[in-house]
Amino acid sequence: MVQYSQPRFDASFAALSDATRRGVLEQLGRADASITDLADKFHMTLTGMKKHVGVLEQAGLVTTKKVGRVRTCKLGLRRLEEEAAWIEGYRQLWATRFDALDKVIEELKQKEKVDGRKKRE
Amino acid sequence: MDARKESDPSSGEDPTTVERKSERELAVTRIFNAPARIVFEAWTKPELFKRWWVPKSMGMSLLTCEMDVRAGGKYRLVFGVGGSKVMEVFGKYIEVTPHSRLVWTNEEGDEGGAITTLTFEEKGGQTLLVKHDLYPSKEALDGELASGAADGLPEQLEQLDELLVTLGADGS
Repeated sequence: MVQYSQPRFDASFAALSDATRRGVLEQLGRADASITDLADKFHMTLTGMKKHVGVLEQAGLVTTKKVGRVRTCKLGLRRLEEEAAWIEGYRQLWATRFDALDKVIEELKQKEKVDGRKKRE
Repeated sequence: MDARKESDPSSGEDPTTVERKSERELAVTRIFNAPARIVFEAWTKPELFKRWWVPKSMGMSLLTCEMDVRAGGKYRLVFGVGGSKVMEVFGKYIEVTPHSRLVWTNEEGDEGGAITTLTFEEKGGQTLLVKHDLYPSKEALDGELASGAADGLPEQLEQLDELLVTLGADGS
C-alpha cells in the first residue's frame, strides 16, 4: 500500500481552509505570478501574501523561485493528487472488505434456502 | 485496473463509493445482492463479522471481536499482526433497529470520535448500504483523512505503518 504522511496532509488541509489561499491557487492555475502580483490582486500587504504563500509552499501546493529580486510562484499539484489517491485507497479498502462480505452474504442466502427447505419438509 | 471490476458479479459493477459529503461527513455506499436482514446479520453477529471485516490483504487479523448489539451495548475489536495486538477500536451502539439502521460511537480517539450511522435500504431483493460518519468537527475529519486511516482506526494504523516499515527495513 502507498504510504501517506500525516503532517503533509495536515498541512494541505490547513492550507486549503483559507479563502485567500484557495484564491491564490486558482490564480496560479491560470498563470504563474510573483508575490507582488498576488498581493496586488488580493489587496494585501506583501508581508501578508508572503505568509499565505509560505503556508501553501509548506503544504507542497505551491513552489516558488527567486530570480533576481522577484519571487515567482507556481502551482505544485503533487499533494492534491495524493489526497485524491487517499480517497481512492480508502475506497479500495472498503471494496475489498465488501467483496469479503459478499461471500459471507452469499453463504447466508444459501443456508437460508436449505433451512427453508428443511422446515417445509 | 478495470479487469478487477469483474470480481463482483452480483451487481454487474463494483459499486463501492466514498464521498466526503461535507466538512464533517464521510459516506461509503455499496449495493449487496441480498435482502437487508441478511446484510444486517453479517454486520451484527461477531462470528460472521469477523470473517469479512479484516480482509487478508490488510495483513492483520481480528484477535477479539466483542459486540453487544443493542442500544447502549458496547463493542470492542482488537486487531493483531502475528498474534500481537496492534490496535483496538471500541464504542457503543446508540441505536439498533433490526434490518434497517445501526448507529454507534467511535471512542478510541483522543477527542470525541465520529458517530457512525449504517443504513440498510432494501429494494427488489438488493440492499443499499450507506455507512455515514459524522465527525465532531471539520478538523477531526481532516485529521482522519490525514492519518491514512480507515474507518476510525487513526493513530494505531500509523503505528502499524511504522511497524511494517521497520519490519520491511529489517528484512531487506
